[in-house]
Amino acid sequence: MMKTYDIVIIGGGPAGLAAAVSARKSGIESILILERDKELGGILNQCIHNGFGLHTFKEELTGPEYAARFIRQAEDLKIEYKLHTMVMDISPDKVVTAMNREEGMFAIQAKAVILCMGCRERPRGALNIPGYRPAGIYSAGTAQRLVNREGFLPGREVVILGSGDIGLIMARRMTFEGAKVKVVAELMPYSGGLKRNIVQCLNDYDIPLKLSHTVVDIRGRERLTGVTIAAVDEKGKPIPGTEEDYDCDTLLLSCGLIPENELSRGAGVEMNPVTSGPVVNESLETSIEGVFACGNVLHVHDLVDFVSEEAAAAGRNAAAYVTGARKEAEGKIVRLNPTSGVRYTVPAFIRPDQMDDKLTVRFRVGGVYKNCSIGVYFGEEQVLRRKRPVVAPGEMEEIRLEKAKLLQYPDLDTITIKIEEA
Amino acid sequence: MKYDVIIIGAGVSGCAAARELSRYQVKACVLEKEEDVCCGTSKANSAIVHAGYDAEEGSLMAKLNVEGNKMMPALAQELDFPFLQNGSLVVCTDEESRPGLDALYERGVKNGVEGLRIVERDELVRMEPNISDTAVAALYAPTAGIVCPFQLNIALAENANQNGVEFFFDTCVEGIEKLGAEGFRIHTSKGDYEARCVVNAAGVYADVIHNMVSENELHIIPRRGDYNLLDKTAGGHVKHTIFALPGKYGKGILVAPTVHGNLIVGPTAIDIEDKDGTNTTREGLDEVAEKCANTVKNVPLRQVITSFAGLRAHQPGHEFLIGELPEAPGFIDCAGIESPGLTSSPAIGVMVSEIVRDLLGLEKDPGFIGTRKGILNPEELTLEERNALIKEQPAYGNIICRCEMVTEGEILDAIHRPLGARSLDGVKRRTRAGMGRCQAGFCSPRTMEILARELGKDMSEITKAGGGSRIIVGVNKDRI
Repeated sequence: MMKTYDIVIIGGGPAGLAAAVSARKSGIESILILERDKELGGILNQCIHNGFGLHTFKEELTGPEYAARFIRQAEDLKIEYKLHTMVMDISPDKVVTAMNREEGMFAIQAKAVILCMGCRERPRGALNIPGYRPAGIYSAGTAQRLVNREGFLPGREVVILGSGDIGLIMARRMTFEGAKVKVVAELMPYSGGLKRNIVQCLNDYDIPLKLSHTVVDIRGRERLTGVTIAAVDEKGKPIPGTEEDYDCDTLLLSCGLIPENELSRGAGVEMNPVTSGPVVNESLETSIEGVFACGNVLHVHDLVDFVSEEAAAAGRNAAAYVTGARKEAEGKIVRLNPTSGVRYTVPAFIRPDQMDDKLTVRFRVGGVYKNCSIGVYFGEEQVLRRKRPVVAPGEMEEIRLEKAKLLQYPDLDTITIKIEEA
Repeated sequence: MKYDVIIIGAGVSGCAAARELSRYQVKACVLEKEEDVCCGTSKANSAIVHAGYDAEEGSLMAKLNVEGNKMMPALAQELDFPFLQNGSLVVCTDEESRPGLDALYERGVKNGVEGLRIVERDELVRMEPNISDTAVAALYAPTAGIVCPFQLNIALAENANQNGVEFFFDTCVEGIEKLGAEGFRIHTSKGDYEARCVVNAAGVYADVIHNMVSENELHIIPRRGDYNLLDKTAGGHVKHTIFALPGKYGKGILVAPTVHGNLIVGPTAIDIEDKDGTNTTREGLDEVAEKCANTVKNVPLRQVITSFAGLRAHQPGHEFLIGELPEAPGFIDCAGIESPGLTSSPAIGVMVSEIVRDLLGLEKDPGFIGTRKGILNPEELTLEERNALIKEQPAYGNIICRCEMVTEGEILDAIHRPLGARSLDGVKRRTRAGMGRCQAGFCSPRTMEILARELGKDMSEITKAGGGSRIIVGVNKDRI
């Protein structure tokens, strides 16, 4: 007999933990978290800097502290989990196949699945940087693991490509540990990271940030000996004559995160090419009924607090699906239409009869806009206009929709969200 | 140390020669300057088993290509390495070039290639729906295939070693002294070695080795080829190996699936002088991206997971130079082994071994074992078999590389088998750990831990590929 659980959660990082806690609080007894690493907490365990939990706990925690709060809740609620366990496959009818040393390969029938696999970093190969392939090139997260978890220094003279948050955090970390960070180069004319990280991790340590610059050559046969950085034009093409050589033994890459959706694709979940995450409705439910997604596997977040909030919603919704508390959908769908600078929205569409009284819609913009406003339209009618001094791709935005308001528009089929002049 | 025969170079030619020589009662060794087998031309190429219509009729290249192609399926069985006969298509994209296609067909027939035929556009589109809209016809060679070049090379080496051939790594040949009838004394970075026969299988360095014993200087030109490797999600874009008919665009770029399900696109052909110049260039990668569209449409280049460059050991006569040097009796060149060298390697091994056999009057070794088992791939097992394996060896239940789903069990096997892996790249070439879409971001710290533990080394001693390629330079705050 195949084992069965009401809810199987794939991944025991911040999203998986918050989803599990929320599902248990919504009355689900039979929950299993499957985690491939040796402990719960996911990537938070290597994020030893502070700044986590300002929204959730109203205090400033380190990554492991933030994770510990959720792990303790999960333990207190006696939520079952398996460590060192790799999920190999999820079938469309929610059979989860996993493997570990003790049990070998085994299958579990779930009533609901919550996808919480997080994301991975874009590697050098995907960036197509020419040059040699020596040791000394790391994704920022790999270097972070070596430094923060294992106490090893991956290099002494560092160049960082990409200004994602992990790269910025690692610029400071490597400096603390005795390395010299020479420059951070960013292909785009703006940083991909949070403003506060640029101030606290680069400016405070006099580390230059070169916007509209990229690495055009990598030198070194065995260990990295240097890189060449050049300015790029508005199309991202290097401008000849602007090359500058940097001697360094380390190149860190912080050039974007990719939601880790191999299992979702295998299950046949419909994907959004913009986010590389599943297309979800107001319940954070994917195209497969009873399969939910939250956290960085759904779309890459800046702050773990919002991951926790989103995951809690996914946990509640999965619980309602399992207990049958969810009423039959009437079939009415309102599509969210991101346009004029808004790249995507999560969710992608709303079934008004299924939504909570208040629904958070999260999105990112495609460029830096100053003195603008975020406009929300029900059909042609503007229902919300929020002035913003600046919006940027590195900071996720959100708006709230109220169910009561949506129900006042029975013929509504599209909600448009766009960036407008203030 | 005295040997009957010393092979310089543990690439695919040297290891094929070593494996064939191990059929005889002979004291043989292989000297390799890198830390592992398969570190030069053999590791960075198109991984194609060519049918044999390219080389000049009557050339040694043509002969060994066709022979090697015929030997490959059986060898893949004996030595347990991945090989697939997927067939190749040389695509003609303009009617004016059609005579070139016919000429290639004629040459193939004369070279003894079986099953060749010209396919017209309609059939071509049925065979390959993503073929270029400009394709008019193609030469179809059903005997062409694809192979894992690492595993071919490693399998040959392991089998040679199993049959008594010794391997010395990190051993760079610095000079060769002729000892007359006694043979040769080879000076290396790790001391002297003596042998009655020397086989020069030094790839792009074959000229340097050759010129140590001969006045008739050889010049090997490293011909660099840049490649893009695409994710497995793109691996089904073509089924056959797609070549461009040499024509108005020059010698085109091939598009092919790999035996592991990726898509490979390349190479360029740039003659350089630097024998270690394996750096890709912007121009090269752009050329690959641009030219692949001549034969195949919509190649999903956004799914590139890595780029690399390899050096072909080109010699100006474009012919394999295999044979004993009259000016240095007992010294056998195996030089100019460029494409189709990988395909030809089984036949090269036989040819070299027969030359040595005749020189030294070698007798067959009745104890020779001609088979070798590769690293177990748990994905090929049934569920019951796999669970039985994990019960017995729990390491097979522990996934280390999540992209390629490589278990700790496979990595342990790679480290502990004959001529085992000692670096991250060594593990990668043997197991594919780190070869997937995240390019080792996730598994490298884990694989490093396993290497350190199993080899009794400190983490700081673990390298990417031997030599000075250390991953870790110190511990936190060690200079503060």
